[in-house]
Amino acid sequence: MTGASRGIGAAIARALAQDGWPVGVNFRTDEGGAAKVIAGIEEAGGKAVAVRGDVSDPAAPEQIFKALEERFGPVLVLVNNAGVRADGLSPQIEDDAWDRVLDTNLTGAFRTTRRALKGMLRARYGRVVNVASVVGPHANPGQANYAASKAGLIGMTKTVAAEVARRGITVNAVAPGYVETEMLNGLNGNLLDAVPARRLGKPEEIAECVRWLTSEGASYVTGTTLTVDGGLTA
Amino acid sequence: MPATATQETVEKTIVEAIAKLGPDEDQVTRDATFEQLDVDSLDLVEVAQIVEEEFGVVLKGEDMEKLQTVGDAIDLVVSRAS
Repeated sequence: MTGASRGIGAAIARALAQDGWPVGVNFRTDEGGAAKVIAGIEEAGGKAVAVRGDVSDPAAPEQIFKALEERFGPVLVLVNNAGVRADGLSPQIEDDAWDRVLDTNLTGAFRTTRRALKGMLRARYGRVVNVASVVGPHANPGQANYAASKAGLIGMTKTVAAEVARRGITVNAVAPGYVETEMLNGLNGNLLDAVPARRLGKPEEIAECVRWLTSEGASYVTGTTLTVDGGLTA
Repeated sequence: MPATATQETVEKTIVEAIAKLGPDEDQVTRDATFEQLDVDSLDLVEVAQIVEEEFGVVLKGEDMEKLQTVGDAIDLVVSRAS
């Protein structure tokens, strides 16, 4: 579970632990957040371990997976949630802001997926869920880099899904709309006017969809993107 | 430490790896094609992983596309290792 120290990622980690999965709580900087998530999971009777690692670092997936495989055995569920924003109108997005967002949100997710598939192919079982966004399939001025990364993530989801479906591995995405997280801080305007549900989503509502996609009930669902946006893009 | 990749060690590793994927070991001869053995592209990815772990030889996607027979795979790994 990448990017699991807060927000949507933390909620997903808790949900997967409730389903009985031992959870690797990956974080980049927020060690305290990860510790809190783990304490919560353990209090509820679940198993979790913190794994530091910046998914934009090419060496990180190997380190993260090795640590988890030693502790828990093969990784059979991967949730790519690590994501960053570096907003600006296109004429003002510098290369480093472009690269930073693409490296974490898209390239990082590809590298963790590639590493996870090794064990999943041998196990003839696996669940990959990529946390995308409604931004990507839909425009959001000021987020060309973020939109490109999330649209890319959805494209990657579909093709990897088609490649490995015959091995019992499913690969799906969820596309949240506006959710109550720190990531939303700084976004302008009256967001709720555009949302038919007239409220923000809760991280737990995204987590529930991810939980379902990792469950046996979703074994024939692959290559799809589940939009969870209170009707925003309906 | 990776094992030394000789014709014999590579053949043993590859034949065993392919046999685990379904075909009987006696069917997995040098001349057998992957098509005859019903070994698909994902199976070959698994074989490549085993080869990498055993011999430290990395096979890329473009290498794999050209492989038709078990012998092709053995020869490629041996030539890459030397």
